[in-house]
Amino acid sequence: MNENLLSKTNFPVFEVYNNLVYLDNSATQQKPKQVLDRAEKYYREENANPLRGLYDLSVKATDAYENARVTVQKFIGAKSNREIVFTRNATESLNLVAYSWGRANIGEGDEILVAISEHHSDLLPWQLLAKEKGAALKYLDCDISGEYTVDALKNALTPQTKVFAIAQISNVFGRVNPIKEFAEICHANGTVIVCDGAQSVPHIPVDVQQLGVDFLSFSGHKMLAPMGIGVLYGREELLDKMPPFLSGGEMIEYVTREGATYAELPHKFEAGTVNVGGAVGLAAAIDYINELGFELIEKRENELTELAFGEMKKIPHVNIIGADNAADHHGILTFTIDGVHPHDIAAVFDSENIAIRAGHHCAQPLHQHLSVQSTARMSLAFYNDEQDIRRFIETLKTVRRRMGYDD
Amino acid sequence: MTTNIYNEVLLDHNLHPLHLHELPCATCSNEGLNPTCGDSLTLHLNIENGVITDGSFTGVGCAISQASTDIMLDLIIGRTPQEAKHLGHLFGKMIGGEITDDELEELEEAGALQNISKMPARVKCATLGWKTLEKLLDENT
Repeated sequence: MNENLLSKTNFPVFEVYNNLVYLDNSATQQKPKQVLDRAEKYYREENANPLRGLYDLSVKATDAYENARVTVQKFIGAKSNREIVFTRNATESLNLVAYSWGRANIGEGDEILVAISEHHSDLLPWQLLAKEKGAALKYLDCDISGEYTVDALKNALTPQTKVFAIAQISNVFGRVNPIKEFAEICHANGTVIVCDGAQSVPHIPVDVQQLGVDFLSFSGHKMLAPMGIGVLYGREELLDKMPPFLSGGEMIEYVTREGATYAELPHKFEAGTVNVGGAVGLAAAIDYINELGFELIEKRENELTELAFGEMKKIPHVNIIGADNAADHHGILTFTIDGVHPHDIAAVFDSENIAIRAGHHCAQPLHQHLSVQSTARMSLAFYNDEQDIRRFIETLKTVRRRMGYDD
Repeated sequence: MTTNIYNEVLLDHNLHPLHLHELPCATCSNEGLNPTCGDSLTLHLNIENGVITDGSFTGVGCAISQASTDIMLDLIIGRTPQEAKHLGHLFGKMIGGEITDDELEELEEAGALQNISKMPARVKCATLGWKTLEKLLDENT
């Protein structure tokens, strides 16, 4: 554990924007200099096209890339580095599953079950697949606190349910879903479970074997790493049987005029020149998180969530979406203010140099389910501090007045 | 940091819109959608003998889209579709930051939205009503 790593002073963006209160961490996190330095070092000292060059520098690039894969493998407890596929982001990871596994395994009359709170990236690939294959797309509803029950899942599964897609933490509610239990129920039904870890992997320890999920997706940029690098974990026996997603260079074994044999896992799914700078940046981000330790990360994030939640509850006309306790929010506080449109809320915060998100957070069906048009969201990370939360609360108190209301 | 765009004119039209209601006598209606936020509004007009005799809007939106649409209806009711289109053109010029002082005067209260030109993320909110109007007039006149 290294408490110094909690500090904003590790993040160069706050030297440039020294008055910025950044509370849009669920959208993307800021990058510590340790990560930026590592990515830059790759391009300065190790850059070559990896996985093919027969010279020293290319071997260095290959090592950097493959070592990053092992770092990711250990970080999420995967059995083998063959189970770690680098992608651009969680969205691409989920598309890969839907296109490759989905097209090969889902047919007419089959059912696809998707949690209603899923981000559009974990919904649209399934919606398209269902249309293409004549499969039925069904939704698992949550209650207004964002809770999905084991019973509801059991009732929703049928012998035709081929796949269940759900995030470990919803980007609107911040609540942790009982993925381990859900995976057991799915497997007993012969259903594959696809878990989106975009909001969980940066904030809580995630072990894919312990959870028992078949696939896990996440994005590097939401966990201190550069944009453009993401991960798909897949159980080896599933990945092995899946056809390629994208095709091209570096994913083949042998190509003739008529056909091709494909490279071994995970390269079968990594067509074209890969993002080594992103991968080593992600590995550096994981090193940073490991050195800090999830114990400290969770303690800090939970304390700040509790402070924000408690103060928000005291402000009239402010309504928090989801659970009525801070512990079930994990740094994500989505809210509305009576009579004020979320975009206007965000604009008021922006005028005070506070960055929050407003809109439907790429979860329109959930907003329809909750009967709200759109919402505002503050989402924090360990590098936020008490002062950030105080400034957020002070501004929150003024929003209605600044929009012309008397109270 | 943004310029404060929430001036009194805008706040007043948002909190007390004159034209936010159904319009049973409408001769034409059209829905406009702001894809960045999912907000939509429907514009209703009553056009008789080449004059916009009445108009209203329904739907939910942010203060900027609501106030802008309300101000727009204040401006165009009683005018011909050609005059309304001309004002829409001027409004577009204002948002694009290339309006002359004389033209700005023609826009009357809509000039309260001039600072939106410095907030690219909110331009679609300010122009939602005007774009919906343009389409409605193109299809019905």
